[in-house]
Amino acid sequence: MKHPVNRRKLRASIGLHTLLTVLSILWMLPVFWLLISSFRKEPGAYTPYLWPKAFTFDNYIRLFTDTRLFNFPRWFMNTLFVAACSCMITTILTLMVAYVYSRLRFKSRRAIMNISLILGMFPGFMSMIAIYHFMKAIGLDQTLLALILVYSGGAALNYYIAKGFFDTIPKSLDEAATLDGASKHTVFWKIILPNSKPIVVNTAINAFIAPWVDFIFVSVIMKDNYKNYTVAKGLYTMVDRANIYQYYTVFCAGSVVVAIPIVLLFIRLQKYYVAGVTGGATKG
Amino acid sequence: MKRFWKDFAQGDLWVKGSCLVMGLGCLKRGQIVKGLLYFAAEILYFLFFFGFGWKYLSHFHTLGENAQLRVWNEEMQIYQRVPGDNSMLILLFSVLTISVTVLFICLWAMNIITASRLYQLEKENKHIQSLREDGEALLNERFHVTLLAAPMTTLLLFTVLPIIFMILIAFTNFDANHQPPGNLFTWTGMQNVTDIFLGNATKTRTFTGILGWTIVWAVFATFTNYIFGMILAIIINSKLVKAKKMWRTWFMIPIAIPQFVSLLLVSRALEPTGAVNVALMELGWIKTPLPFLTDVTLSRLVVIVVNMWIGIPYTMMTFSGVLMNVPEELYESASIDGAGPVRRFISITLPYMIFVTAPATITTFVGNINNFNVIYLLTAGGPASLDYYQAGKTDLLVTWLYKLTVDQHDYALASTIGIFIFMIVSICSLAVYNRTGAVKKEDMFQ
Repeated sequence: MKHPVNRRKLRASIGLHTLLTVLSILWMLPVFWLLISSFRKEPGAYTPYLWPKAFTFDNYIRLFTDTRLFNFPRWFMNTLFVAACSCMITTILTLMVAYVYSRLRFKSRRAIMNISLILGMFPGFMSMIAIYHFMKAIGLDQTLLALILVYSGGAALNYYIAKGFFDTIPKSLDEAATLDGASKHTVFWKIILPNSKPIVVNTAINAFIAPWVDFIFVSVIMKDNYKNYTVAKGLYTMVDRANIYQYYTVFCAGSVVVAIPIVLLFIRLQKYYVAGVTGGATKG
Repeated sequence: MKRFWKDFAQGDLWVKGSCLVMGLGCLKRGQIVKGLLYFAAEILYFLFFFGFGWKYLSHFHTLGENAQLRVWNEEMQIYQRVPGDNSMLILLFSVLTISVTVLFICLWAMNIITASRLYQLEKENKHIQSLREDGEALLNERFHVTLLAAPMTTLLLFTVLPIIFMILIAFTNFDANHQPPGNLFTWTGMQNVTDIFLGNATKTRTFTGILGWTIVWAVFATFTNYIFGMILAIIINSKLVKAKKMWRTWFMIPIAIPQFVSLLLVSRALEPTGAVNVALMELGWIKTPLPFLTDVTLSRLVVIVVNMWIGIPYTMMTFSGVLMNVPEELYESASIDGAGPVRRFISITLPYMIFVTAPATITTFVGNINNFNVIYLLTAGGPASLDYYQAGKTDLLVTWLYKLTVDQHDYALASTIGIFIFMIVSICSLAVYNRTGAVKKEDMFQ
């Protein structure tokens, strides 16, 4: 009786694995393309053939040593700094807001949530110009601090996912703690947060990545202040019309260098997505 | 409100005095620190208002009268600029001053409410909270105040104020010909709105054309990602699949690469001399390069397909997270009731996933209406069209807005479009949001 079921499972399993293999090759193709372009010896964005004629490591060396026009090492440190700061601020703010809306009940709660929802619907660009002039008025334009503020300023609006997660943590946990005399403050730090690693990580990753990938706010805030660029804006400048032939392969190399820390972070932190959190928490 | 006035009228001299000198009531009843804070806030506000705010607010109704002048300086034999009013700063700081004033009025009302409550407490000989007890309350029953203070401040400064500012801009003539500090701009009422709908045929055509495509795009982009992301997550999390971690990682690597890199690469690869066309020709499938980015239909298809490449891993990640947090109890009771795997999936896993991700999906939909990166980096809104005012056939409202702002400096028109984007988005999502169970039955799964 058991045998045919197993065979069917095996067949399904092989099918699924084949499908996943095909899909992942499809997904990785541009990444692979980026990698080989970063080692390509011939300059230029377009070649009439696919496989490079010769490989070299020069693009990477140029990226870090040739700082006359583009100071990549400096941009990298800028971005790392901005990303670390705004990641910390954003994560804390987002989790605080999400906890308030998920667990605390007070008079103006629904009103504030609705207002937040409405504010989130305005296109972000609309505020760009105003923010720039505001920063200029307080003497912060073209600084990294301005960028940190801009990236973490909207944190109070991005609470949905974290709130959705907190909503799924059983309330009986809080109630048990409250009976033991814990204040709301203690419940937040000692019960909700330790049980929410996946969402803390999710929020932190998203916040950390934002500065690495945004080139619009940087353009608006930094204007032509090259030395305070982040990698995104810097690399983007490398492939504008005047520089693309000379710098395309260097751009690819730079992109690889930028992608590496982010990819490593993803892999390292992935286990938090995997760990089941609430299952069994109330049983003990 | 009635109660407020009644309490105020019945209060003693200290309560009434609080309306002039904030914090008097608190000081009298022994809440020294609180009283001093109120008083300090009052002083700071008046310093701010008369030292800074009024300078701008007094010009708010005209946005400045004196334009910048060039005056001949006899001594130095050159033209010198005499700075005039800066409409932009007048508007910006007027908005700031008005917002601060509103906040101050709230604080003032709070001060009176506190004063009259303290008065009542004293009259009835009840206990008046000490500073320490107030502090403890902030960590317990009033914990939301503590937690929300910082986020709300940033929200006010970086979202609310700029939005009010930009809404006001829509009613001015702030465009390339009216740029401060050189020129003034001023109020023009509904001019920009009538331009879009009636006055200007090209602008009307552009707006309706782009609006239609934006909606088509957002629907396709959201649902392709949602459905395929969910399927992918279910496949990877299924018991039949080995090495789940590796598969997840594999799909995450492409999205870990910044979009401006990956999308620029894809965009270059799709050009007539790009890698995709080279590959297709080497394979002998096509003779001449396909116009991926210059043909209207093809380019629209391309952005939707490429968006799947970008978006599916994200939805897969979200769904994986959700899938792993389906409460075990739900399954346990279902197994006891004898539900099979398919039944379990349909009646437990699926509703649970939809419930948890409903708000996120709405956010994604809104995000897609405003999905700048995919369009701008891939096609830059092209193919350009002569029918349109400064826009192309794959332009979304938001990329059009960007072009108008950054390239054309036509801020007034851009703000008007921004307001329309907001209206469309809010109508769509409020309608959906109120229908999903996530709002109404928020406590269902708790």
